[in-house]
Amino acid sequence: MIKPDTLEKLKILAGAAKYDVSCASSGSNRPNSGSGLGNAAPWGICHSFTEDGRCVSLLKIMMTNHCQYDCAYCINRKTNDVPRTAFTVDELVSLTIEFYRRNYIEGLFLSSGVVKSPDFTMGMMTQVAKKLRTEERYNGYIHLKSIPGASPELVREAGLYADRLSVNIEIASENNLKLLAPQKDYESIFSPMNSIRQGILANTEDKRKFHSTPKFTPAGQSTQLIVGATPDSDQQILSLATLLYQKQQLKRVYYSGYIPVNDYDQRLPALTAPPLVRENRLYQSDWLMRFYHFKADELVNETHPNLDLEVDPKLSYALRNPWLFPIDINKADYEMILRIPGIGVKSAKMIVMGRQYGRLNSYQLQKMGVVMKRAQYFITCNELSSLTINEMKPEYVKKALTEKPVKTKKEKHPGQLKLFTEEHFTK
Amino acid sequence: MNTWIYDKTFEGFLTLVFECFELKSIPDKIIDEQNQGLFGYSHKIITNDTKAERVWKGIHKKVSEKTALMLYHAFLSEKPEVELWMLTFIRRVFGTDLNVEADFGKTDVVELYKLRQKVVREAQRILMFVRFQKTVDGIYYASFDPQYNVLPLAIDHFEKRFADQKWVIYDTRRNYGFFYDLYQTTEIHFIDSQIDFTTGNVDASVLADGEQQFQELWKSYFDAMCIKERINPKLHKQFLPKRFWKYLPEKQGKQ
Ligand code: SF4
Repeated sequence: MIKPDTLEKLKILAGAAKYDVSCASSGSNRPNSGSGLGNAAPWGICHSFTEDGRCVSLLKIMMTNHCQYDCAYCINRKTNDVPRTAFTVDELVSLTIEFYRRNYIEGLFLSSGVVKSPDFTMGMMTQVAKKLRTEERYNGYIHLKSIPGASPELVREAGLYADRLSVNIEIASENNLKLLAPQKDYESIFSPMNSIRQGILANTEDKRKFHSTPKFTPAGQSTQLIVGATPDSDQQILSLATLLYQKQQLKRVYYSGYIPVNDYDQRLPALTAPPLVRENRLYQSDWLMRFYHFKADELVNETHPNLDLEVDPKLSYALRNPWLFPIDINKADYEMILRIPGIGVKSAKMIVMGRQYGRLNSYQLQKMGVVMKRAQYFITCNELSSLTINEMKPEYVKKALTEKPVKTKKEKHPGQLKLFTEEHFTK
Repeated sequence: MNTWIYDKTFEGFLTLVFECFELKSIPDKIIDEQNQGLFGYSHKIITNDTKAERVWKGIHKKVSEKTALMLYHAFLSEKPEVELWMLTFIRRVFGTDLNVEADFGKTDVVELYKLRQKVVREAQRILMFVRFQKTVDGIYYASFDPQYNVLPLAIDHFEKRFADQKWVIYDTRRNYGFFYDLYQTTEIHFIDSQIDFTTGNVDASVLADGEQQFQELWKSYFDAMCIKERINPKLHKQFLPKRFWKYLPEKQGKQ
């Protein structure tokens, strides 16, 4: 199956797919049927890391980079003069299997440019998944990016073979989306999203009744939002994300700092570098919303529509709400302890368990992994009576914590690291 | 100095715990009989399965399965201090009827807990960074060089995932590995092999057809995935520590 031009095609179609940031392979649970190949581990595994520090978990590839659409932010848009090519179904199946057997990947993440029609494209992608499952008896991970505008029937069929389906929203407001991607609107995005959600719901229902119901996208659906290509604020982005988690029951929302691939297009801002810090702050906020019980409007609101780039959102929240502190480590609820800058989920749990045996002091907190440099302004413990945020004033604490950036091993790149830890160590 | 030596096996350590209680003596230094070197010792442990089992059962009666497993995992770290921490913890467990498992205010508990995390993380890295090379006889071979002795913790995962292919994963630092033959997995030791432990590679003469091509494809894929506007060598090395590069096809010839 591997032909002389496979290498060339792989380079083009991987290069064309790399801007989709999602690469998670978590959330599924597809055991090996016995003598088949592979299984999908519920916690997802990264197999390598690119030189930009992103996890490589799946063979992230496009079926083809030919596209009849002309989205301003996309490298594959029709107007661009780039080398174009396409893989056949068999080539993709064979690449996936061979990479998988060598433990290079957790599975396949297939997307595509729109050729002929959304349905035609979606049909081709589904064939790859179907062949992997039925002919190759492959149980590894499959993520299909569903094509905007594809019919509900095709999306449903894809869901029978895929672990995860995603539809990328890309732009956090419909008017800006229409401006940059004239062939798309929210209807073409939310209608497949709705059919996936309904498929998942119906499937859960059926499973209750019939034991042998086949799986339908067991790892749920995800989406991506591009950050910084439009003037949309962090508040708009995070409220949309909240809606997607709650109403659409999405498993993950990914944020992708806009990379100016088409700088000739006047509709796009001129950027010297992608907004990576902002992207990182959004991931941190997303993390706080999903695991630290923060609500979007506690992080951004009418008065603070954008996240502070200088400090992480948890510290920023603490600085804006000094009256909540200092928190007594030996008495406060778990929920409150989680809100202290410098304390993560693991150390919060250790604190709550450990304090049953006696009052905790700062040495013990440090041993538990608490970043005291940060936490000291926000807590009281057995002996600690250093100056807290109320005596020192928030402005000064901020200065103290940003001047010489607090760099501990854990917090060097908090957002990206957390993506990593989530996939591996928390479940 | 009350220095005890033992054979560095988990059973050996459990025997040591048994003898602590039997002899009513507590070592303040525990070392490996291989590396005793010039140091003298006060007591030498002869590993005894019956004693070991009694201690292991006793531990299970006093603590949860999770904590017992934590002890085993922490032990695999092979850290010089680990035996003394474990001994302190086990003595406290046996000395009281209270549940002391989650007393994170105590150094030994928190250190053992952290060691366990490191060990589990290293085991996960096997799942992440093992790279199989297919040989002419259809066996998928991988070299690995883990910091801790964690190969045994990864076997279950590979048996389930690659149930329909024969494979070998070999710890080149400790010189032992596991071979799965489609039916069962057995421990193996190479005496003479066609493997180069420096590169981790199987000799080219016994590689399956197309193997080098797939490594090449994977390497090109890896390079194509990088977004040059986002390049971040520090982050890259944090996630993919340099000590793993030697056996990764995608990192060959890179600084
Ligand atoms: S439809 Fe997809 S591939 Fe085509 S231009 Fe738009 S974003 Fe790019």
